[in-house]
Amino acid sequence: MADTHKQHAHALLPPDPALRVKAVETLLVKKGLVDPAAVDAMIDAYQNKIGPQNGARVVARAWSDPDYRSRLLADATAAISELGYSGLQGEHMVAVENTAHTHNVVVCTLCSCYPWPVLGVPPVWYKSATYRARVVRDPRGVLAEFGITLAADTEIRVWDSTAEIRYLVIPQRPEGSEALSLDTLASLVTRNSMIGTGLAAQPQAG
Amino acid sequence: MDGVHDLGGVEGFGPIPIEDDREGDEPVFHADWEPRVMAIRSLMGFWRKWNIDGGRHSIECLPPADYLGFSYYEKWLAGLVNLMVSTGLVTTEEISAGQPRPGADVATPPVDTAELVQFLPRGRPSSRATSSPPAFSIGDTVRTARHMHSGHTRLPRYVRGHIGEIISGHGAHVFPDTNAKLAGEDPQHLYTVRFTARELWGEMASGHDTVTVDLWESYIAPA
Repeated sequence: MADTHKQHAHALLPPDPALRVKAVETLLVKKGLVDPAAVDAMIDAYQNKIGPQNGARVVARAWSDPDYRSRLLADATAAISELGYSGLQGEHMVAVENTAHTHNVVVCTLCSCYPWPVLGVPPVWYKSATYRARVVRDPRGVLAEFGITLAADTEIRVWDSTAEIRYLVIPQRPEGSEALSLDTLASLVTRNSMIGTGLAAQPQAG
Repeated sequence: MDGVHDLGGVEGFGPIPIEDDREGDEPVFHADWEPRVMAIRSLMGFWRKWNIDGGRHSIECLPPADYLGFSYYEKWLAGLVNLMVSTGLVTTEEISAGQPRPGADVATPPVDTAELVQFLPRGRPSSRATSSPPAFSIGDTVRTARHMHSGHTRLPRYVRGHIGEIISGHGAHVFPDTNAKLAGEDPQHLYTVRFTARELWGEMASGHDTVTVDLWESYIAPA
């Protein structure tokens, strides 16, 4: 275990982050502690395969299929798995739905927990001390910085991810999107709308 | 642990850093070394010398100036190096030299690409079977503990000593406070507890807003 009273070994590394990482990776590969091919596979998974496009498909399906929406709200882990998304940092999913009167927003004040299978790895602002500190205390001020102003009587529910439960916000379906295909609906579902710091995009007119 | 990581409600950090993300299209990684840290740290976890809770604690234990000054993946790397040294996977001499010590054994990595590809969609569920019934029910009013202890805990400072309402139960989950120090999983019932914003922040807060936190049974008592 790390111990605050011991010398911190990380202080021995070179100051430049790229050199720091290179030094550690080289050491670990030479010692046989990590498989370099597995490093590349892990990077490929989160750089190219697992990202907010997954969550957008979940939301689009929930918007267009009332039975699926019910399953998603009742057991999000199972419903999300139906679409092929599951696993690391999304083992226990809960979906929370925005309505005309309720707006949900997700944070992890203690670290940066985030639902990886549906959103990928988190953006910089989500991991920032500022967001983690402020959104539980001043959600309206934070949302205003993202360009969202809610009615004074809207109930804002902030979800602090302190355990292994991971939250996915189902944004409100935009008006004028009734006739759109699942793929087009998914294209309206922004990453931030599934965290609660954004709204779904408006469909293009015509 | 009343550490610098426990940030909920702390003031003075300024605006949210969203300048790179105006269109929600910030790149997933900002430098080539960032995903390498993400991957290396994740793969080193397969040695089972620590678990997710101990891994989080390694970051909480960084000196406060480093915690606030390092970027996210710099924290991941620093915590990893400290874990690897404290568990004996590498030595400080090897970290300084960037080379294995002469004559060091060459290990076989605990996970290869095929096993990783199988693992990612499964993950590591934290739910556990339990024969003990939950002490609380939905709708119960509870008060959180005022303080836990100086090790790893997931009861944030800003909700301590406050009254909230149980809105859902999740069965038993691995208890981070013991699991982090490899003292056993001690599964406990986990609940989602809702606090009104005014309970936490006083009359300055909106009377409509709430903050919801996932808490283990030993963090809460009947109110």
